[in-house]
Amino acid sequence: MKFFFFHLMPYADLDLDYDQKYNSAWVTLPNSYCDPKKVHALYNRYLDELEYADALGFDGLCVNEHHSNAYGMMPIPGVMAGALSRRTKNGKIAVLGRALPLLNNPITVAEEYAMLDNITGGRLIAGFVRGIGAEYHSWGVNPADSHDRFHEAHDLIMQAWTQPGPSRFEGKHYHFEYVNCWPRPFQEPHPPIWIPSQGSRETIEWASHPSRKYVYLQTFSPVSALARFMGMYRECAEKYGYTATSEQLGWSVPTYCAETDDIAYREAKPHIENFLNKFLRMPAEMLLPPGYLSLASMKAVMAAKASMIGRQTIDSVIEKGMFLCGSPATLREKIARYREEIGFGYLLATMQFGTLPHELVIKSTEIFAREVMPHFRQDSRDDGNHGSPREALTAPAR
Amino acid sequence: MARDGFDTIAGCRIKVMRAGVGAPLVFLHGAGGVSGWTPFMERLSESFDLIVPQHPGFGDSDSPDWLDNIGDLAFFYLDLVRHLGLSGLHLVGTSIGGWIASELAIRDCSALASLTLVAPAGLRLPGVPKADIFMLPPDDYARRLFYDARLADAAIAHQPSEAERDAQLKNRLTTAKLAWAPRLYSPDLHKWLHRISAPTLIAWGEDDQIIPRAYGPAFNALIPNSRVETIARCGHLPHVEKAEELAALITAFCREARP
Repeated sequence: MKFFFFHLMPYADLDLDYDQKYNSAWVTLPNSYCDPKKVHALYNRYLDELEYADALGFDGLCVNEHHSNAYGMMPIPGVMAGALSRRTKNGKIAVLGRALPLLNNPITVAEEYAMLDNITGGRLIAGFVRGIGAEYHSWGVNPADSHDRFHEAHDLIMQAWTQPGPSRFEGKHYHFEYVNCWPRPFQEPHPPIWIPSQGSRETIEWASHPSRKYVYLQTFSPVSALARFMGMYRECAEKYGYTATSEQLGWSVPTYCAETDDIAYREAKPHIENFLNKFLRMPAEMLLPPGYLSLASMKAVMAAKASMIGRQTIDSVIEKGMFLCGSPATLREKIARYREEIGFGYLLATMQFGTLPHELVIKSTEIFAREVMPHFRQDSRDDGNHGSPREALTAPAR
Repeated sequence: MARDGFDTIAGCRIKVMRAGVGAPLVFLHGAGGVSGWTPFMERLSESFDLIVPQHPGFGDSDSPDWLDNIGDLAFFYLDLVRHLGLSGLHLVGTSIGGWIASELAIRDCSALASLTLVAPAGLRLPGVPKADIFMLPPDDYARRLFYDARLADAAIAHQPSEAERDAQLKNRLTTAKLAWAPRLYSPDLHKWLHRISAPTLIAWGEDDQIIPRAYGPAFNALIPNSRVETIARCGHLPHVEKAEELAALITAFCREARP
């Protein structure tokens, strides 16, 4: 199994009392809440954390994309991927944006990813997403066109990467006379493609298609949903006439590891609860604009979210398997059990969440890298290419 | 009471309610759709052959693949006018329905005896924003729709059935498709409103908190033979909040405008 270190880069200095005046940390929270001096410090701290994770032996680093919010400050994730591409030499760099339907010109993504792939000599993993509902408010893009534009933008980018240029693209939303991507991607025929999703049959049928076989990532969901959607991916693959491997499936989950279960619980509690109740806070109108989901999916999601209304606690997310928190032994046991039951090949650990401070991120990441990850390196299904984390490393101080 | 029926036009099956005798009057509904026969419709059907279609993509009507924008609906309703053989038609539209009616009229006014636009969408006045109907929480939305708080309270207290809920989601989706961006207007409409030759009544609730009544004079300035009527103590839905008054206004206007 492979481990990726996933950063959201929240505005951790957020005035947490904002919610006495505003109903969300997204879209309409005034950017006067954002102090650029603090952002300067946070960005550099977060990049240090990512680079340290690479040095500790994580297989890859993940950045992502969100707009106009305090939850994750990477509106243009390629900037962070670019910064990481020179400072790391080993791990993969996964950009778990880009929100294709938001773009009026998806060729910018073909170009940006091709640049990153060439700088890193083929370490890029290319993410394609639709963005969450709030993004359609922030960017003014019609959510009713979201699926259509996603698929068309994807086809355009793949054409740019795989067909000799110049070529013509004639779509409904995008039209180009001269598609001719310079540079071409380093990896042949193109970088691996990952599809992060909250889970939908349409997405899974599309991602698992034999012409794609894209890695499907389940993001921040109860472990029961993880099991259901990964099962769905395998079933789709069987229907298409092939057997999906665990290398096609990944799980993205906030993770905290400490000396004991009690210490982990105590140290993580305020920060994961800030993550849940302050940074993720969003009314339904923001999260689910009309057309973002099909009518059937919209009804199902609204029913599911109804159970999440109200304050969430560390206990509820641990119980649902939405948060990995505990001692190395506990995390080894849980990951082993979930993997045995569900069979995913990638674990994307979000090791910083909400207000979790630097020292605790570093401690948790070190313990996780030294006492949890090696346990899964000995797995016979793994390629065995990973040494123990280097011992002489010094954690970045802040 | 109206006859409910379905009709297929441009490959799209739509629901149509129809009642009354007299000159034909087509009523084009707004973003919320039409779920039934209302006092406003009953009143108009006393003087007109009232025809109330559900737009493609709304309620019980189909959602056709060709539906992308308000212009598509304008052409669709021109087809409907021809399909039903209507002439001397009084066309009335409210909110998004008023936008559709305007777009129809700039394309072809030949079948129209009159045009009534009730708080229509379709224009953009810099510095006069409309409410963000996609961001308002349901209760706030209801409060902004009506002047009379009791009507808002009743709307908020109403527990929709499963079928009503489905229709609301469908109506909202189509509204987004048609009006998310540009938000509730067409960048081209203002250029062609001078083409409307039918006598035009522009009616606005005095306390409209969805589309401010400042838009009334803007339509008035661009449509040659038009006038504005303001309805006191009324929000964005005069056909609900002041049904009798609006129906009387329309009936009188149409009599005046008889071809």
